[in-house]
Amino acid sequence: MKGETLKDTIETVANYVDLIVLRHPYDGAARWAADVTTNRMKRGHKKVPIINGGDGKNEHPTQAMLDLYSIKKTQKRIDGLDIAIVGDLKYGRTVHSLAYALALYDCRIRFVAPEILQIPEHIEAYLKRRNVKYTKHSKIEEVISDVDIIYMTRIQKERFPDENEYNKVRGIFKLNRSMLSKAKTTMRVLHPLPRVDEISVDVDEDIRAYYFEQAGNGIPVRMALLSLILGGEENE
Amino acid sequence: MSEYTANVKLNTTKKGLIVRLIKDGTVIDHIPPGKGIKIAELLNLFNQDSVVIIGQNLESTKYGKKDIIKVENRFLKSEEYNKISLIAPYATINIIKNYEIVEKKKVVIPDVLEDVALCNNANCISNKEPVPSKLYVISKEPLIVMCHYCGYEFSGENIRLKT
Repeated sequence: MKGETLKDTIETVANYVDLIVLRHPYDGAARWAADVTTNRMKRGHKKVPIINGGDGKNEHPTQAMLDLYSIKKTQKRIDGLDIAIVGDLKYGRTVHSLAYALALYDCRIRFVAPEILQIPEHIEAYLKRRNVKYTKHSKIEEVISDVDIIYMTRIQKERFPDENEYNKVRGIFKLNRSMLSKAKTTMRVLHPLPRVDEISVDVDEDIRAYYFEQAGNGIPVRMALLSLILGGEENE
Repeated sequence: MSEYTANVKLNTTKKGLIVRLIKDGTVIDHIPPGKGIKIAELLNLFNQDSVVIIGQNLESTKYGKKDIIKVENRFLKSEEYNKISLIAPYATINIIKNYEIVEKKKVVIPDVLEDVALCNNANCISNKEPVPSKLYVISKEPLIVMCHYCGYEFSGENIRLKT
């Protein structure tokens, strides 16, 4: 760490590459990086697109793309589905991007989290403006029998400003195989990974566990994204 | 003849005595009561040689009470209008030349606040690195803004202006 600003890093790296995938600890870093490359273009340099690979606790859009792909692949549709998102909804950037993405479809979202980790107000305001159907819950049991997807997330210790706050909620949600007995057989369990203890390993053997395949879906989805941005040709 | 000009000699309003009039400068009127000092600080009016007069809790026919600022030999820049609009959305700016109001403007909250106010998200890149802040006004009444970078949306009541 030499104290270089993100602007300087982008201005430098943009000379070497055709595209930048940026993962950064600060919220909004990718947007700023895109502004920097846009200004660079105005100065006559080539276009260097930015892909947000996760900015702080804000967003992780390519994860949301592979999440949508995984939902569509397993349920054959997205409209009309009932989707539970469980865990750290406040700091979980994959959750934020997924909520924005699902707002484009006609589905019902169930946000399951302790009060202090519920979905941020500004995202809730966005969902309200778009008339998205959503409810908030504090227990997985309240929703498990109704939903088509359970999207589990890790309580992220590294995002908590205060360790005491983390200790209050660590391990609060744990999905195990016996809980799945109440779920639809067509329901699928998703998780952006890595998991810690929020999904018991016994769930791995259940037909409803889909998180490892979901991670694999990241390859074709991100390949497609790179191809779209860099102007690759469509294969038959 | 305007009310302002009519009162030049008497130095009074219809309601009675007021502080002295200014020859050339700016009068910021219809400031919500109690916000006059904040606006004066924001405009950095205390760090200059000119006469600055701040009236607090004056009677206002429109709003009940108001604050008012008079500053001599100082005219505002457009970004200063934007800043004032966030604290005093109904403020009127009077440009005074030779004791006459030569121009009267109402402040308007702009659609985009560029480098005027800070994002309320402490982890936003605009609060961590030398990045010009940029907030979109998504509602003017009540004032709600959204950060261009991190998408954080918050109420204008909590807005912190850049000084």
